[in-house]
Amino acid sequence: MARISEVGVKKILEICDRYADEKTPLMMILSDIQNEYGYIPLEVQKIVSEKTGISVAEIYGVVTFYSFFSLEPKGKFVIGCCMGTACYVKGAQQIIDKFSELLGIAPGQTTADGLFTIDSLRCIGACGIAPAVTINGKVYPKMTVDMVAPVVEEYRAKGGNGQ
Amino acid sequence: MLNIKIEGIAYEVEEGLTILEAAKKCGYEIPSLCAFNHGECSNGSCRVCLVEVKGARGLVASCVYPVNEGMEIIISSPKAAEARRASVELLLSNHNQNCQQCDKNGKCELLHVAGLTGAREGRYLGSKTPVTVDELTPAIIRDTSKCILCGRCVARCQNAHGMGILGFENRGFRTIVAPAENRSFANSPCIQCGQCVSVCPTGALMEKSEIARVDEAMKAGKHVVVQTAPAVRAALGEEFGMPVGTAVTGKMVAALKRLGFSKVYDTNFAADLTIMEEGTELLGRIQNGGKLPMITSCSPGWINYAEYNYGDLLEHLSSCKSPHQMQGAIIKSYYAQKNGIDPKDIFVVSIMPCTAKKDEKEREQLQVNGLKDVDAVLTTRELAKMIKRAGILFPRLPDEDFDQDLMGEYTGAGVIFGVTGGVMEAALRTVYFVLTGKEHEGITFEAVRGFEGIREASVEVGGMTVNVAIAHGMKNAKVLLDEIRAGKSKYHFIEIMGCPGGCIAGGGQPIVRPCFLPNEDDDILDTYRAKRAAALYSEDERLTLRQSHNNPQIKKLYEDFLGSPNSHKAHELLHTTYAAREGFGN
Repeated sequence: MARISEVGVKKILEICDRYADEKTPLMMILSDIQNEYGYIPLEVQKIVSEKTGISVAEIYGVVTFYSFFSLEPKGKFVIGCCMGTACYVKGAQQIIDKFSELLGIAPGQTTADGLFTIDSLRCIGACGIAPAVTINGKVYPKMTVDMVAPVVEEYRAKGGNGQ
Repeated sequence: MLNIKIEGIAYEVEEGLTILEAAKKCGYEIPSLCAFNHGECSNGSCRVCLVEVKGARGLVASCVYPVNEGMEIIISSPKAAEARRASVELLLSNHNQNCQQCDKNGKCELLHVAGLTGAREGRYLGSKTPVTVDELTPAIIRDTSKCILCGRCVARCQNAHGMGILGFENRGFRTIVAPAENRSFANSPCIQCGQCVSVCPTGALMEKSEIARVDEAMKAGKHVVVQTAPAVRAALGEEFGMPVGTAVTGKMVAALKRLGFSKVYDTNFAADLTIMEEGTELLGRIQNGGKLPMITSCSPGWINYAEYNYGDLLEHLSSCKSPHQMQGAIIKSYYAQKNGIDPKDIFVVSIMPCTAKKDEKEREQLQVNGLKDVDAVLTTRELAKMIKRAGILFPRLPDEDFDQDLMGEYTGAGVIFGVTGGVMEAALRTVYFVLTGKEHEGITFEAVRGFEGIREASVEVGGMTVNVAIAHGMKNAKVLLDEIRAGKSKYHFIEIMGCPGGCIAGGGQPIVRPCFLPNEDDDILDTYRAKRAAALYSEDERLTLRQSHNNPQIKKLYEDFLGSPNSHKAHELLHTTYAAREGFGN
């Protein structure tokens, strides 16, 4: 398992301190860590456990319960395909399958070059624009299978330019 | 008081009860599974205790639903009965149904409620959750194919130890109860105390049986010597329908003699030996400015906890081996020599109330000349299985005595080792004598008895005040340890036992379930520790010898073999070392 640098430990402890007055701070701490680092490995969970007194097993349970949290590093671009009911009946399965086909990875996985992760999401509350896809927070409404390839290329170009 | 109706009949019940508890007081036992011990665990997750409540939306889970004024409860209706049955059938549909071969056979609460609710075969067929079987530790097996996700083990680890080794992982159908990352207990900071085993309703958490190892040793013609820990006699009878708190020392010995052991000894002899060594060590530390407070080292669960979490405080631990390890070392040296037996041909079996002892005996630090002090550890439950297997009608056995040669004598001080505060009291009896030259008047030290999580006392001994403290359960121990770490501990001597209540309620003891103990009071989960403790204290009172230093065979052992307490030879055989460990190793 990766060793965490002193700076990293300090940052995690600082995140824990933000919620020192909260009665149940775990979700907020984990959200901040997820946003900051993109994933929450066991080493990080141990630091949070020591700081908060919440057991590692409980933290691990929360991390594995919510699909928002990740144990593995995510790609530079996280493609979130909404698979909620509305998106699903509007063809979300075909959309996510197309992303999988073009990138050569299954939902939940990250490409070998570290550029893309595909996430299968539950309803993201955008039923009016179904089927919806988000990439690093940017929303793509009313996606079609044909739109998938240009979107992937757009981001591949961005990634290649180091942006 | 509240007025409620059950099945249309009016009852008066206290406020603040759940429907399940109130119904029990009114004479109804609603089938239930996840609920345990006054809400220690009540996730309302198993849905086995569903009942109808007039006016409520749908059926309610009686284990979490509080009674209120005027409530009308119906347990018997076909609607409620069918719902309870369906809940059990759903649990069974994702359950490994090798009930006949399961170690929990006869004590399984899932099978019990399946019977109560009339669950039918094969109602919900389909896929099952992927299974993990963790058999890597010497002590505990976790088999998720038998887990019903009730959460009792999760709650117990947290409540007893503040550790929370187990938790719920993943979600939905893939949910399991496991240490983080679904690791083995062996690669987590689990102390192997077995408290989780003692609350599991099914066979998902069980001790790792060593009965087969004992069989093999006997088949191989080994000289098999057995020793029994004090707490075993206070609970073994429960496995044979005897009331909780019945001391069965004589029958236990009679049973062991009928099971083919070459010699039957009492670990109490070594408890006396421990007191001689530990008492001497304590006085040495006090008089020579050694590390204080000194902490007892009899409980292997506690030792594991210390090595995982307080590696910086290990010098505070007494260097004494735990009693059964001392006894093993003496059997393979002194006893072997006296009887002209090659130590390699001796197989030592310890009957213990403990699962962590199985782990302890494998420690590298507990070998002498490449030989393990102890070769197999059986829990009280495993001994009961061996007795049943041999067809022995336990309650009809006569009372018999331990073998009397070399290490047959024991004192009351040794007996009380099995209960929280007992090791402290036994030590004080001897330390008092050593410092004052006379026995403590009245013999006992009541101040250190009881079940408070942390107890402390100051004892005047020969012009000196000895400050002592006692903790049981790691949650309580942590308080005292943090004081030491902060340099604020005022104690000379601390007793720590892993399990709440001490060995009498150890992870290897007969499980206590009201549903399997129809002749006990409803509050048996509150009283069983005190009842088992009383069995030990009364044996102490009955004995003429009540201080370890008065055990004639201990005196002889020192004269003939060891020299004096803490001698070079004693150190070689009876003392050990500890090492800090990383909890989440690979």
